[in-house]
Formats: sequence, structure tokens, C-alpha cells
Amino acid sequence: MNRIEQRFLDLRAAGRKGLVVYIGAGDPNLSATEALATAFDQAGVDILELGVPFSDPLADGIVNQLAAQRGLESGTTPPKVLQSIQRIRTQSEIPIVLYIYFNLLHRVGVDRFIREAAAAGVDGLLVLDLPPEESVDYEALMVTAGLCPIYLIAPTTPEARIAFIAPRAKGFIYYISREGVTGMQSKVSSTIAEMTRLIRAHSQTPIAVGFGISNADQAREVAAHAEAIVVGSAIVSRIAEHGHSPDLVPRVASFVAELSQAIRSLPSSLPPS
Amino acid sequence: MSSTQYATPSMPDAQGHFGPFGGRYVPETLVHPLQQLEDEYWRAQQDPDFQQELDYYLREFVGRPTPLYYAERLTRELGGAKIYLKREDLLHTGAHKINNAMGQVLLARRMGKTRIIGETGAGQHGVATATVAAMFGMQCVIYMGAVDCKRQELNVYRMKMLGAEVVAVKAGQQTLKEAVNEAMRDWVTHVRSTHYILGTAYGAHPYPVMVRNFHRIIGDEARRQILEQEKRLPDILIACVGGGSNAIGLFYPFLNDPSVRMLGIEAGGEGILPERHAARFQGGSLGVLQGTRSYILQDAFGQIQLTHSVSAGLDYAAVGPEHAWLRDEKRVDYDYATDTEALDAFMRLARLEGIIPALESAHAVAGAIKVAPNLSKDALIIVNLSGRGDKDVMHAAQQIGLKLPD
Repeated sequence: MNRIEQRFLDLRAAGRKGLVVYIGAGDPNLSATEALATAFDQAGVDILELGVPFSDPLADGIVNQLAAQRGLESGTTPPKVLQSIQRIRTQSEIPIVLYIYFNLLHRVGVDRFIREAAAAGVDGLLVLDLPPEESVDYEALMVTAGLCPIYLIAPTTPEARIAFIAPRAKGFIYYISREGVTGMQSKVSSTIAEMTRLIRAHSQTPIAVGFGISNADQAREVAAHAEAIVVGSAIVSRIAEHGHSPDLVPRVASFVAELSQAIRSLPSSLPPS
Repeated sequence: MSSTQYATPSMPDAQGHFGPFGGRYVPETLVHPLQQLEDEYWRAQQDPDFQQELDYYLREFVGRPTPLYYAERLTRELGGAKIYLKREDLLHTGAHKINNAMGQVLLARRMGKTRIIGETGAGQHGVATATVAAMFGMQCVIYMGAVDCKRQELNVYRMKMLGAEVVAVKAGQQTLKEAVNEAMRDWVTHVRSTHYILGTAYGAHPYPVMVRNFHRIIGDEARRQILEQEKRLPDILIACVGGGSNAIGLFYPFLNDPSVRMLGIEAGGEGILPERHAARFQGGSLGVLQGTRSYILQDAFGQIQLTHSVSAGLDYAAVGPEHAWLRDEKRVDYDYATDTEALDAFMRLARLEGIIPALESAHAVAGAIKVAPNLSKDALIIVNLSGRGDKDVMHAAQQIGLKLPD
């Protein structure tokens, strides 16, 4: 079974919430990315979302833009990211999602990219700028390769569209908790309860909520409404700060462990099946 | 040439595809707002009141129709085809861009939006957008690459005087592409209150078709005018192509006339070497950038390449999807003019015709300078003079070494 789907089954059986952590691949370099991935696995991260650096990340806020820039500057290319994932796989079975802009798949061929990602040990793709209307071939190829197509639902997504998107998502549905680009914020959005309820009316697929969660309190608050939470910029900004420090990995991992502890005590939103 | 119909209601299709190009490749937050924009646009297009209002402002405020002017001395000097200039440079704010900005601001009002944003390269679209926002008392933010702010300083001051906030974008190479990224980030964040007046025939559906339709008045007028003046259709249309809005505006009403050839001129920069030009049909390949599928300048991994052009408005890594389709269909030919050729055309038009063109439009003039001598004297060329060159005077003076008198 796909590692993402297996992880959500395990979480449900254990009656706990999942933690999805985003970092930019190659920030500050790919060996740091590999070390962070294995440390995250031990620190209680359930799914690793790896951003593949792109020259024009128009859905990202400044923190993740700068991470992508550092990734590009360290020579990170999509094939090198896949090689790093192969190395991570020798030590860890942590589920991995690539967060990626469509042109990077399109350039080498969607079919080839998906096959190579699956072979490297990737479990799912979240293609930021590929709504389901444009992704007919993509979905079929993903299913054949055994990868989960992760789709976004936003506060601007009306219910009829939720009904169209939700059944296509595999692994989890990513609810973007606010309108905007990636980044931290001081208050948690008020739309989460209502929108996760709407999504659940159309799908049994687990929901992960992200965009703007920056501390343990917010993590707890958001996790009450979903099967998992996604934390990105708050971690990326710590990598930016400690990127070249010898204790980068323990520093970031201890923050991540704090988030994991914060949501661990919360009961699962779905009844055990 | 075949008699295929290129201008039809089914192109683009319902999802905004021009053959394999176009579409709507955007983050989910923007999908529904784009659908709402599209629905409102089609409703407005059918609404006689909307058309009447737009016609009124285009006539009384913008200054349409623009002349189709016979460039007699340029024609004589080149010794070939008769050259006509479609004088979009005479429009209020100094370029064709206001045709689209006016259409979109009226649409934004219909949708109840209170805030307008836009991106700009040369600053002409930014000035046009700031102008229509001022007219209707709407808040306005314009994103412009920091490099472009410097080389098109005059337009930055104009936008500020019109009450717009100008944000200098410092990411990447600090030109038009980065300004579009930043405008899209703003839009995704403020989409409920804000309309994004995208300035070229690019981006996610419905922008390419909507922007084209707001500019087709250029070609509609030119067609009527040449038939009046010459009693026949032109042989060649020439326009510069950055995103491609002025070109598609001129070309579109002639697409179904098989005898009319069309030539789009891209920015050849310092020649067709990686990162030294912006000629997507020379060094580009199929890709997806900023909402649409088209020809783009990219490396082997799909990272967008740096571009260069003396003209900020053409200095962009991608080309509008309808142009990509017309090129692959072989309906329109695309060539390029280098910085040097554009500067030469800039000076020749000034000295021969008393018209200082925008550096963007000078690329189209450079195209005519290449083509006209090889045609007979009874051939007819229409060049779209998309903008005037006031904004470029300082930059061009430095490039060619003009000095103030002692």
C-alpha cells in the first residue's frame, strides 16, 4: 500500500492526528535535506512534504520563495531531489510528497516524471498550479504508478467544486486555510470548521489543513478539525536562520517534536474503521 | 494560403485552450474567481449597456479611433511597399494598453470590486491601469520589476501622480516576469475585493481571450481605414510581440483573410544566445508558466531562463498562447529584431516621420524596415505603432550617446 494511505490508516487506528512538515529541498543543500528527513521521521513527523525549487514560485510567500532561491543556488534540480529521496529511503520509510510547480513535470514529460518519482520512493505529488480540469492524463498516470495525487481546496472553492475535486484526491486532501500565499500568520482562519465539514460531506479521504500554522497552540487549534496539519514556513524560517549552523538538524527537529507533541494528545476526528 | 477560419467563436474552447496552448494552470484559490470573471465577462460582452459605456469612454476619454497614417518618407526611403502606421501611440496615456485597462475596469465595477492591481514592464500598462483606477476612484497597486522602475522612471512617476502605489519587485531578474508573480500573489491574497487587470494576452483563461477582444478594436479600425484609403486589404501586418496584446489586437480581425500575411516581431536582444534575448519562438520550448501553456524560455529542467531586451515591455520569458497556436498553424510568421535594430528603427522613425516610437513598437518598425524593400511599390504594410517613446527618450539617448548642448 502507498505509504501515505498506510500512515493515515495507522493514525486512525492509533487514534491520533498527523503532522505534515514542509521544507524546501536543497535548502541549504541536499545533504541537509536528507539529514532533516530522517531526523523528522524520528521526531514524530508523519509525512514529509518536499518543495522542489522552482524559479517562479507564484503561490509562495517570501519565506518559501527564499528557500527555493537557496535551493536553486545550491544546485538543486529535480533529478537530484529524486536521488536524495533514494538515499533517504535507505534509512526511512517516512511518506514523502513532492510539492512542485507543473512546469518541472511538463518539461521532462509528465509520464516520465511520475515514473521516476515513484521509482525513487516518492508517495504523492502536490502540483500547485495543476487544477483537476487540466490534469486528466496526470491522474491516470499517478494511479498507474501508485502515487497519490494530492489536491488543494481553498476558502474560495464553492461546494459544487468541492464535490468535483474531493473524490479525485488520494492520500489526503489539502485544505488551504486562508486566501493567500504560503506563510505564517498570527491568527488561525475562521473558515476551517465550516470548510472541513463541507469537504467531509463529499469524501472520506483524510484532510490536512495548512497555510499559516506557526506554533504549537495554532497546531492544536487547527488539528481539532482535521486528520492532519501542515506546517511549512515556520520550519523553513528556522532553516533559514540556522542553515549553516552545525546544530541545524537538532534545532529544527526539536521544534518539530514540539509540534508533534502538541497534536499527539488530540483524539482522531474519524472513528476507527 | 489555406482558407481555414482562424477567428472563430470556438477558439479558444470553453476551457481556454487554443489547440494545445492556453488553459488555466493556477493555484486552487484562483480557479473559482477566474470562473466568476469569465462568466461576468461573457455576460458583459452580450450586454449592450456595457458595450455602449465602453464605446463612450474609448471615444471621449481614450481618443479612439486612432489614425491609420501613411508614412510617406519612410516608405520612400525604404523603396518598397507602402507603409501605414496604426497610431495607437496617440491614445491617452500613450499606448494601446488603455483599450484593455478601460474594458477591464468597467468589468471590475460590474463585479463590485473596489481595488485594482496590475503588473507592468515598460510602465505603459501600469500607467493605463492607474489612469482608469483614478477615473473611477478605485484603490490601485502596480507591481513593477525594480530594474524596470529604473529604466522606465518617467512612467513610475506618472503612476504615482495618478494615485497608484508602485511596488518595486526585487525578486529574480527584477523585470516583468517577477512583477506578474507578485501581482498573482497579491491577487490570491485579496481576491474577494480585488480585480487583477492583467496587461497582456497572456495568463490563465479568460485573460488571453478577454484581452484580445478588448484590443481587436485596433484591427477592426485598421481594416475599415485601409479599405477606405486603399480600397483593398493590406498585404502584411507587422506588430511587436511581448505577451502579444497589441499584435493580436491588430491581427485578429484579419485572421480569416487568407491574402493578409502577418508578422510578429519578438525581442532579439543581443542576439539569439541563452539569456541574451526574449524571442520565445527562436530559443523557446513548450511549457507552463503563470497560468498558461505556451512557448517559454526555459532550461532543460523547466526553470525559467533569464531574458534580455532593450525594451522592458518585450523582456519576458513567455508568449501569449494564441500566438503560439497561430505560429504552429503557420498562420502568423514570427521574426525578431535585435536591440541595435530596434534603436536604429527608433531613430529613423523620429527623423523621417517626426514620430518617436516606444522601444517596443520600434521592434515592429524594424520588422518593416527589413521586409518593405523586398516588396513591390504597390504592396501595403500596416505597422502597429503600439506606443509612443517619451518614456524611452532618456534610455535611448544614453544608448546612442546623445548629449545636452554645452
